[in-house]
Amino acid sequence: MYSEKVMDHFGNPRNVGEVEDANAVGQVGNPICGDIMKISMKIEDDVISDIRFKTFGCGAAVATSSIATELVKGKTINEALSLTNKAVAQALDGLPPAKMHCSVLAEEAIKAAIADYYQKQGVDPEPIIGCNFNCAQCKEE
Amino acid sequence: MSKMVYADNAATTALSKNALDAMMPYLTEQYGNPSSIYKFSQNSKRAIDGAREKVASILGARPEEIFFTSGGTESDNWAIKSALELRADKGKHIISTGIEHHAVLHTLQHLETQGAEVTYLPVNELGQIDLNDLRKAIRKDTVLITVMAANNEIGTILPVAEIGAVARESGVLFHTDAVQAVGHIPISTAGMSIDMLSLTAHKFKGPKGCGALYIRGGVRLPTLLHGGGHERGLRSGTENTAGIVGLAAALEEASLHMNENAKRVSAMRDRLIGGLTKIPASRLTGHPTKRLPGIASFVFEYIEGESIILLLDQAGICASSGSACSSASLEPSSVLLAIGLPHEIAHGSLRLSLSEDNSEEDIDYILEKLPPIIERLRSMSPLWDNKK
Repeated sequence: MYSEKVMDHFGNPRNVGEVEDANAVGQVGNPICGDIMKISMKIEDDVISDIRFKTFGCGAAVATSSIATELVKGKTINEALSLTNKAVAQALDGLPPAKMHCSVLAEEAIKAAIADYYQKQGVDPEPIIGCNFNCAQCKEE
Repeated sequence: MSKMVYADNAATTALSKNALDAMMPYLTEQYGNPSSIYKFSQNSKRAIDGAREKVASILGARPEEIFFTSGGTESDNWAIKSALELRADKGKHIISTGIEHHAVLHTLQHLETQGAEVTYLPVNELGQIDLNDLRKAIRKDTVLITVMAANNEIGTILPVAEIGAVARESGVLFHTDAVQAVGHIPISTAGMSIDMLSLTAHKFKGPKGCGALYIRGGVRLPTLLHGGGHERGLRSGTENTAGIVGLAAALEEASLHMNENAKRVSAMRDRLIGGLTKIPASRLTGHPTKRLPGIASFVFEYIEGESIILLLDQAGICASSGSACSSASLEPSSVLLAIGLPHEIAHGSLRLSLSEDNSEEDIDYILEKLPPIIERLRSMSPLWDNKK
């Protein structure tokens, strides 16, 4: 059901953990739906110099988190913001249709971390990124 | 092939050697159509008659009360839909539970769109119903009670005889989906006031694609399939001779060895339960003792079931989960929600189901491989961090 690439990233996930001196942290998803991704980054001079993830979820959730960290590591913020869920899925040689939402979550987790970075800089992230993907917050509001 | 431990016997079982041997002639030289009248075909006819007698005697039934079908799903659909049709003049109310298999649940949900009314009895955290709830749910227009004999996900055994007694005294038809129970625990239509009972061969080491519906004599269930008049005119279609013979052979073998199998298998099950519930933030699902011999079912908090299954698979262990991600929908198992587990915990479910083919070495292997998998997934889980 999963591609070899998905199984590789699930079985040997890259960049697991937390960046210790992170200045950008984003968490998306919710435990009721069965997926949570938390991404932490160190951003220096607009470049993502380090990135790690922790994920609660299925094989596809872990694999999309893993590949997404690889795709944006060493990239500029703008490059990272242009990462789409389709690109995440393609990099894994595709996902089963029922698992495409995991790639969406990976894209959102990257954006949520960058939004957090802007907020910490005193910059309103919304004009740059749009929704901050903190859906729990949206629901509360 | 590398090491494999098959611990998904509630999904399906390996075909027994005896069943295969019994089937072989009907897959090869004995290909005659049982409906034909020449001697060659009468061999097939006799084989089916013999199988029917065997199944009937094991279930405490008469041969004319056994109808062969394509499996549990067909038997469930037939029993439920036809019971509603049979008692249409009485009403459209059905009583069931919140932990039925999809073959029953989705049939009921379909009937609800057609005007039927269904009461789903609640279950407690062990998966048990309260017979008083059942009594209270019975109305003048109740036509059917359908309750499974044992649950396929959490292993809990339901009180079929008591439910049957309530149904009988109320004049309501009683169907039981005994797919997971037959061949594993004693079940007899003779003392249990059962009007209809579904079973399928592949859950007790028979072939896939063959099952049966017991219909108590006197219950004139409407025809399921119209055609050449097979199965006493109720379920037409040329018989699956080999499947029927295999079903009977497997059931005979399972019944003959039921006590010794149950003893050995439940001891292995209890070793799994003892070992795996030592893992922090884990628990057994279903009843601790009133459960099927082969089913050890758990939830592990802060991780997700499909991930457990995939890592177990890499270790050569076949198991299953009721998590959302192991199904097409995004909802976790309705059974796990019905026993009161919150969504986030139901996602972390694991079912290991054993048979007499498993060995103590298999249990050692699972007990060695599973705890580090749980630990590894938790080390990746942001929820585990928050918990600590």
